[in-house]
Amino acid sequence: MGLRNSEIYNTFIDGIWDENPVTKQVLGICSALAVTVKLNTAFVMAMSLTVVAAFSGLIISMLRKKIPSNIRIIVELTVIATLVIIADQILKAYLYDISKQLSVFVGLIITNCIIMGRAESFAMVNPPHLSFADGLGNGLGYGLILMLVAFIRELLGSGTLFGFDVIPEFLIKFGYKNMGIMVLAPGAFFVIGMLVWLKNSITGIDEENL
Amino acid sequence: MEDLLNLFINSVFIGNILLSYFLGMCSFIAVSRNVDTSVGLGFAVIFVLGITTPVNYLIYHFLLAKGALAWAGLPDVDLSFLKFITFIAVIAAMVQAVEMVIEKFSQKLYASLGVFLPLIAVNCAILGTSLFMVERNYTFIESIVFGIGSGVGWMLAIVSMSTILHKMKYADVPKGLKGFGITMIVSGLMAMTFMLFSGINL
Repeated sequence: MGLRNSEIYNTFIDGIWDENPVTKQVLGICSALAVTVKLNTAFVMAMSLTVVAAFSGLIISMLRKKIPSNIRIIVELTVIATLVIIADQILKAYLYDISKQLSVFVGLIITNCIIMGRAESFAMVNPPHLSFADGLGNGLGYGLILMLVAFIRELLGSGTLFGFDVIPEFLIKFGYKNMGIMVLAPGAFFVIGMLVWLKNSITGIDEENL
Repeated sequence: MEDLLNLFINSVFIGNILLSYFLGMCSFIAVSRNVDTSVGLGFAVIFVLGITTPVNYLIYHFLLAKGALAWAGLPDVDLSFLKFITFIAVIAAMVQAVEMVIEKFSQKLYASLGVFLPLIAVNCAILGTSLFMVERNYTFIESIVFGIGSGVGWMLAIVSMSTILHKMKYADVPKGLKGFGITMIVSGLMAMTFMLFSGINL
């Protein structure tokens, strides 16, 4: 298959699985956790982050030969911050309720290490179309983890998915109870820890990183 | 006065910026293996937060908020959407300025804090505190207390984490959990203990 071996495809897939930004590179979990109580906030957050990551990669890569290397961090931050402001304004205009729930965390995409890290290490040295694919892949890889954590937390913590009840009536009659801890902050830490364990057991770990 | 004390206790323990809002995790994971480094970084964060939060307060309320430009004859202008980019610029500039001032006046302090200051500019805890300050409508005095309180809370979390990891060096952790995984589980347990403080009101 031509698609499977193409460079764009590989760059894209690397971000989602092989080099997944959250589990592999341990980056950007900052804002990942606070929005994972509910699936719909996590989904919106994941989408905003993917869009910002993809376009910041594209723009920075197009500018990469024009940016003087000693002020590159400031230029990168400006590009990212501008994109985040646009994303925030769009969310405020069309998804006001969710944007209220996300509160400060959309703004914190600016300091998200994934975006800065990809801009610095990938977009500065690669052509625009690859950087776009890289940003898209990394954003989706991050989003995947975010959704997975939110799925587990919402299912176990509130017994709902995207706000719909999914726990069957008879289980509740038998005394099924939601796990309150999952809605609170510690739940997010435990879920992430377990997911990393799971991924390490599937793919094997490189001893150097320990 | 009591309100301020309450706000301080609240931002250190109950609303701990790291353990309940997950901010500043990147540097938390990166440096929490070494006790001395985390103490140094903790102090640097308190210092920078104590300065940037009130400065951002002034900038927001005199330049950016809706109607803030009334003194310049522009009462209808609402620049609050610019707060992200302004705050990050202020933080980067303040960090740079603080670094230069420290280098000039105290070589000893610079030697211990200097390496951490550039790291702090992109620490989400700093930007997050400023954004929370806007969202919760703190007053000027409250913003100082909140800034320092968040910094102390962050330092408390990172220093206790590094000491726990130090103690755990000889523990028999399952293979796949080593490193990042166990750090997360321990943070979860710490977050649980910090939750015990909730409900405390002075």
